Amino acid sequence: MNDSVSEALRGVPLNYYIWLSTALFVIGVLGVLYRRNAIVIFMCIELMLNAVNLLMVAFAAFHGDGGGQVFVFFVMAVAAAEVAVGLAILVVIYHNTRSTDINVLNKLKW
Amino acid sequence: MVMDLIVALIPLAPLSGFLLIALLNKQLRNWLAALIACSSVLFAFILSIVLFFSLSEDQPSISYTAFRWIEAGNFSAAFSFLIDPLSILMMLIITGVGFLIHVYSTGYMHGDEGYNRFFAYLNLFIFFMLLLVMGSNYLLMFVGWEGVGLCSYLLIGFWFKNTEYNNAAKKAFIINRIGDLGLILGVIMIFIHFGSVSYPEVFAQASTMTAGSGILTAITILLFIGAMGKSAQIPLYTWLPDAMAGPTPVSALIHAATMVTAGVYMVARNNILYTLSPATLDLIIVIGLATALLAATIAVAQNDIKKVLAYSTVSQLGLMFLALGFGAYTSGIFHMATHAFFKALLFLGAGSVIHGLSGEQDIRNMGGLKKLLPKTFATFLIGTLAISGIPPFAGFFSKDEILASAFAGNILVWAIALFASLLTAFYMFRLFFLTFSGSNRTTGEAAHHIHESPSSMTVPLIVLAVLSVIGGFMGIPEALGGGHALKSFLAPVFAASEALAEPHHLSHSTEYMLIGLVVALTLIVIYVAYNIYVQKNKVPAGADVPLTGFNKVLANKYYVDEIYDKIIVQPLAFLSRIMDAVIEKLMIDRIVNSTGRAVTWGGRTLRYFQTGNTGFYIFAMVISIIVIMLVKAFV
Amino acid sequence: MTIYVFYFLSFLAVLSALMVVFSKNPIYSVLYLVITFFSVGGHYLLLSAEFLFAVHIIVYAGAIMVLFLYVIMLLNLNKETEPHKKAIYQFAAVISGGLLMLVLVGALKGADGAAVELGANTDIGMVKNLGKMLFNEFLLPFEIVSVLLLAAMVGAVMLGKNPLKEMRNSNHESTATKVKTVNK
Repeated sequence: MNDSVSEALRGVPLNYYIWLSTALFVIGVLGVLYRRNAIVIFMCIELMLNAVNLLMVAFAAFHGDGGGQVFVFFVMAVAAAEVAVGLAILVVIYHNTRSTDINVLNKLKW
Repeated sequence: MVMDLIVALIPLAPLSGFLLIALLNKQLRNWLAALIACSSVLFAFILSIVLFFSLSEDQPSISYTAFRWIEAGNFSAAFSFLIDPLSILMMLIITGVGFLIHVYSTGYMHGDEGYNRFFAYLNLFIFFMLLLVMGSNYLLMFVGWEGVGLCSYLLIGFWFKNTEYNNAAKKAFIINRIGDLGLILGVIMIFIHFGSVSYPEVFAQASTMTAGSGILTAITILLFIGAMGKSAQIPLYTWLPDAMAGPTPVSALIHAATMVTAGVYMVARNNILYTLSPATLDLIIVIGLATALLAATIAVAQNDIKKVLAYSTVSQLGLMFLALGFGAYTSGIFHMATHAFFKALLFLGAGSVIHGLSGEQDIRNMGGLKKLLPKTFATFLIGTLAISGIPPFAGFFSKDEILASAFAGNILVWAIALFASLLTAFYMFRLFFLTFSGSNRTTGEAAHHIHESPSSMTVPLIVLAVLSVIGGFMGIPEALGGGHALKSFLAPVFAASEALAEPHHLSHSTEYMLIGLVVALTLIVIYVAYNIYVQKNKVPAGADVPLTGFNKVLANKYYVDEIYDKIIVQPLAFLSRIMDAVIEKLMIDRIVNSTGRAVTWGGRTLRYFQTGNTGFYIFAMVISIIVIMLVKAFV
Repeated sequence: MTIYVFYFLSFLAVLSALMVVFSKNPIYSVLYLVITFFSVGGHYLLLSAEFLFAVHIIVYAGAIMVLFLYVIMLLNLNKETEPHKKAIYQFAAVISGGLLMLVLVGALKGADGAAVELGANTDIGMVKNLGKMLFNEFLLPFEIVSVLLLAAMVGAVMLGKNPLKEMRNSNHESTATKVKTVNK
């Protein structure tokens, strides 16, 4: 299994993974700029994090270093924590403003 | 070592007196401030006497360097003092007469709300004047020069709530500064030419130079311009009469005995430079003579007791410079010393009269004070006799020397100087008779309170009167059998000059004739004054009577102040108005204000970036990331 | 052969990511995101990160996405309540996204020289090896992450509380007056 996997690896250049990861990241950024719903923006942030995770695992595989995968571990843990707290905040905001529209939260203007 | 300490303590005593009184002003009782001030000057006087007796054949001068002061490339100046006969004589006069005036001030300024401040300023003045005469380089002298100008300003405008007095103080300071410009330029030229500003080095180099060189003439003229400002010679004399706005002790100390003599001291100190510049000496003669004559003529028509004395001071200073111009340095210094005594006496006596009459200064409202102020009367008489040149009082000996050197130099000059001296006798006795003789013309409240001054004021008067009597004996000429102690005392200072250009000598018989002539003429003039003002009881016309002709010109001081105003002051004021309107308002204000406006505008524009919209913020972040990456890629 | 798997998975990932962004209905966005996560997990498998694949599915698709779904359903969001940006802003967003893509790819293009490197050790994704590395070199971050999770948990619980209800649930005598004054 492992040998076939490594054979499979021989076929995919690293650049492809870089481009794929960049594409996912940029789509995440696009989503953040494009949407007005706070929750969907949150999801796009998760998308960005995933892109980075993918990149790190790719580099871990290509360098034979497990450190990349361990780091992905931590990123995932942080992402989970962030989602929990972020969504809780969103719910509280919804209680106060009756909307998840980010344009409603503009009291810090000049 | 002990000598060094003594030398250092002499200026330090009045300086510490000033600091103590100035810093603890409100906490000090009046008597304590007066005690601090008087004792510090007395202390300096005693130390000066000690130094006086330590100068001898073996030790003709004492040098002491306190600390290295300026070291910049080629230029170095140390805070060093030079005690030689000339400076020790000045120091004795400054501290001695200064002490007497301090004591007098305790009585005169009694009850004044600025009492402590007055004594602080007096002490500061003594300090700076001592620096001036003790300094052994031009820079230290200049520090003292400026310092006494400052103190003069502070003391003239002492009663600062009066705008006229403030204007008089400003006038004094500004005219002084005009003269100081010449002094500074002279010192700069000295440094450029001689490479040093220290007296010993400069004089040593100068004595090797030839007479009449252009550079020396330029230097000496520039230095003399400084003396013109400080010692009130034409054309920079107009500040001295106005300076009478200050309290009378100030007039006595600064504008009679010490500060105005700084110019005379400076020329005497630089005697070697002046001896080598005959052209400058001629200039000094002309100006000194003109000043003596001009001031004497103005004094005849003045009715304020202090103004008469002020013009008299200007006139006597002119005579001193006349002596210096003829190369008779010792005579000039001699007259300066005796003048310090009797002029201080006259001013303090005038102060006593003013005090006794509760502030009356117009001599047309005085008279008959002989019985009412007996001590003032007696001392004032002695002072008047001294200034008129009656033997054996002090003024006779010194003035006689000046006239003798003038006679030996140029008969015409002698004649004019004699005329000025006779005028001096005339207006001084006019002043004396109008003030003390006849019947009392005082009116109003003052008439009821006429009283003699307290002993704090009369004792210094008596001491100065004694000095006016015996002061001349330090310079009895050989013609009258004396050894002229002063001449031999000051000989080392003027030795180089005497070697180069022997001042003119008269034969003894000529001298006797001159003395006889002068004294006789003086007595005649005094009798004429007596005739007019006592026997005929003529009182000058009151303030409401319009004057005509030459009398009017004299009373208005030849309109010199008005001329200065038209020629110099008005154009400068006009120029500054233009500067204000054009450069200040149109250019500088515009630049400064528009800078402020630009900042405000920038802030207002940048404000719009803070929309509060989260989406916009994220967008800005993304754009910034893109820009940063682009910049990193291409730069 | 595997290159085709790679292409398929990448295509799936990118397509579903785009659908996440452009869907009108937020529920659909969540579902598309789940598909994205699965395809990324597939990539992990390809890169011999088996354990990571498992954890990825459990944490992301299993927990986080469920959380998102719960919140959306709690807030009752649907296609009609979904706010939209103005067209010009959407256009600007797409442009800047494209610009960012260009810049990133351009920046990374220079690293073309780093040729394809093959990992000699394909066992790195094994649990045993991962665990060894985790508990030896990365022990401190591991412990700190556990504290972080605790903090997040506490924070979420605190945020979720309803202040008024809490006061009513606790001591009646002391807080009853407080509630009364607050209401006044």
